[in-house]
Amino acid sequence: MADRILKSINTRGLKNAVRGSEYKKEALISYGILIGGYILLQLGAMTGLIGRNLQGQFVPICVYVSLAISLNLVVGISGELSLGHAGFMAVGAFTGAVVVRVLENGIGFAPLRLLIALLISAAVAALAGLIIGLPILGLRGDYLAIVTLAFGEIIKNFMNVIYFALDENGHLKFAFNHEIEGIDNSGRILTGPIGATGVTKIATFTYAAILTAFTLFVVLNIKNSKQGRAIMAIRDNRIAGESIGLNVKKYKLMAFVVSASLAGMAGCMFGQNFSTLAPVKFNFNTSVLILVFVVLGGIGNIWGGMIAAALLTILPEALRQFSDYRMLVYSIVLIAVMIATYNPTIKSRISTLWDKVNPFKNKDKDKGKKPKKTGKEAA
Amino acid sequence: MKKTFTKFAAVAMACMMVFAMTACGGGSGDSGSSEGGDNVLKLGGIGPTTGPAALYGNAVKNGAQLAVDEINAANPDGLQLSWDMQDDEHDPEKSVNAYNKLVDDGMQILIGSVTSTPGAAVAAEADTNRTFALTPSASAPDVTEGHDNVFQLCFSDPNQGIASAQYVKDNFKDAKVGVIYNNSDNYSSGIFNKFKAEYGGDIEETTFTTDSATNFDAQLTTLKNANVDLVFLPIYYTEASLILDAAKKMDYSPKFFGCDGMDGILDIEGFDTSLAEGLMLLTPYTPYSEDEKSKAFTEAYQAAYNETPIQFAADAYDCVYTIYDAFGKTGLDASASMEEICEAMIGVFTGDFTASGVTAETMKWNANGEVEKTPKVCEIKDGKYVEK
Repeated sequence: MADRILKSINTRGLKNAVRGSEYKKEALISYGILIGGYILLQLGAMTGLIGRNLQGQFVPICVYVSLAISLNLVVGISGELSLGHAGFMAVGAFTGAVVVRVLENGIGFAPLRLLIALLISAAVAALAGLIIGLPILGLRGDYLAIVTLAFGEIIKNFMNVIYFALDENGHLKFAFNHEIEGIDNSGRILTGPIGATGVTKIATFTYAAILTAFTLFVVLNIKNSKQGRAIMAIRDNRIAGESIGLNVKKYKLMAFVVSASLAGMAGCMFGQNFSTLAPVKFNFNTSVLILVFVVLGGIGNIWGGMIAAALLTILPEALRQFSDYRMLVYSIVLIAVMIATYNPTIKSRISTLWDKVNPFKNKDKDKGKKPKKTGKEAA
Repeated sequence: MKKTFTKFAAVAMACMMVFAMTACGGGSGDSGSSEGGDNVLKLGGIGPTTGPAALYGNAVKNGAQLAVDEINAANPDGLQLSWDMQDDEHDPEKSVNAYNKLVDDGMQILIGSVTSTPGAAVAAEADTNRTFALTPSASAPDVTEGHDNVFQLCFSDPNQGIASAQYVKDNFKDAKVGVIYNNSDNYSSGIFNKFKAEYGGDIEETTFTTDSATNFDAQLTTLKNANVDLVFLPIYYTEASLILDAAKKMDYSPKFFGCDGMDGILDIEGFDTSLAEGLMLLTPYTPYSEDEKSKAFTEAYQAAYNETPIQFAADAYDCVYTIYDAFGKTGLDASASMEEICEAMIGVFTGDFTASGVTAETMKWNANGEVEKTPKVCEIKDGKYVEK
């Protein structure tokens, strides 16, 4: 039944009229930002216009953009609140660290190692997502927020007692809650609270940008698919969705697990960009930071989240001249952006200002503007 | 249609912001490298000047600033130093950002990072980029290991553990030894593991994590019931103060023995210093030392910042003087590049170079980057540190 209704929505005419144009525009802007940003930053780096400070943030920017996109799948598209995105990131990061180190002797080609690590990280993170989501997503209410909050903390503390090492024969050793005896420092992979150390960095801006593109591709396609429409239908009205026979739990779980595995991949890339990686990095603050990207960019607005993630990653560094006051300035900027983007008056001011200076202004667009203006004056 | 414009406006604004920022980044980089020429050696520092570990970062910032000012004032026509300390909030990611920012600004020698986990991340960057680094206080072995360009001025964690174990073995032969340590902390577990290996005997172990560092009744009860006479505390002073307080409340008074993280316990606001009576600690510097150099430093620091310096400040102070002396031995001038300075400084440090400072009479470095100096054991008597 549900399939038939969704299929009927999928008929060509309706799709193009209702969803198709919106989707195309969103995809165009999102990919445009990604490719444009990539080219811009790459050019800046090549010409030396961009200093080391910003260049060093290229990979983290891509990672945070990916995380914002994948969290948007849960928060924006599926309408559930997740407060443990950093937990999935941690799962991916530490899985990736172990996989890359184990493969180091077997596979000399670094990108291939990274690819395998990404895939395994995605699988492990998806498994974690499944374990969390399975008992929870059938329930009504904000249980997911509570459980993911706990999950993030559990993962962090779990990583504090996990020990992995390679012995001199190249065998992988594992220990729980105690150090592995007889391993010299170079063989350590994960050392409990110290985390992964001595990681040979293999992440580059290009790999990270490709990962972001892949994340974007997956999320946009889900959003525009039959399943995506089912997920959004449930978000908008759960009872109506159930009444046409949609399996609420299945669709919510689908969004959640995909989001978790994408976060795992982003985490893996993140881990491969730093020579040390401590579990404490993936605490509640990081989860909230990712949520802030999504909220600031507009919940459900994929490219808004991308811009927010990129800017908020750069911002604390760009504010370094304020030294100790920069987090103060950062929060003021955050509040200002919140007010500016959600205030209709300011929004309309900006758009009228933009209309005045817009060089591509044509009659067609003016026509579209006029009736709205009169409407506002009347109100 | 209007909505589209708003969106485009947003995108345009975002692009402009990115442009503005990249312009900033590039601009400061250019101006930085050109300044290096006029006999000013640019020292950069990285450490937490905000956040929970800010005490350490600020102590290093102030300690180094004091030494830089002294050197510059003493010889205005000679080599001058400049000092730029960047905040990392005790986060490896931010620490690497801070390092990159300093390189953009033309830093020639790095003093940092202050804390261990960020220190390890920065050490790797400094290694690939060839920056000479002397850390005042990042004591984990990961910081120096595998990096020929990174040196420590403080004791490494393993060496502190070994020195503590030896002292306890020699001076408390019949004592039953117990420990309370933070197993989610690099510093604490690093020291304890070496202590345990060196001590060899039976140890009553209790642990806590950074998240649960508020109540220590359970750990103390365990130790009390096991009749422990000496409690080893390889932890920071904030937690130690709570432990001392809790022990007093349950009428449990073993000998407490700590490491350099214990330094600063007498300066906690609202802390009853009588609780710390008899506390022993391994530390390279105490503000009440009778040593001439220490005394002069303490007085100068108090005059400049109106507070009692902690060991981190003394370490940073020594770092600057050590670098100044070592740089003089390289025969380079301040116009040398970061890479040239790095190779020359490694040569000096791995040679027969010895430095003398507030934290030790003589300091020597081995090829691993670890410092060799004699540890001091102090005991708190009448609210003051007394050297043993």
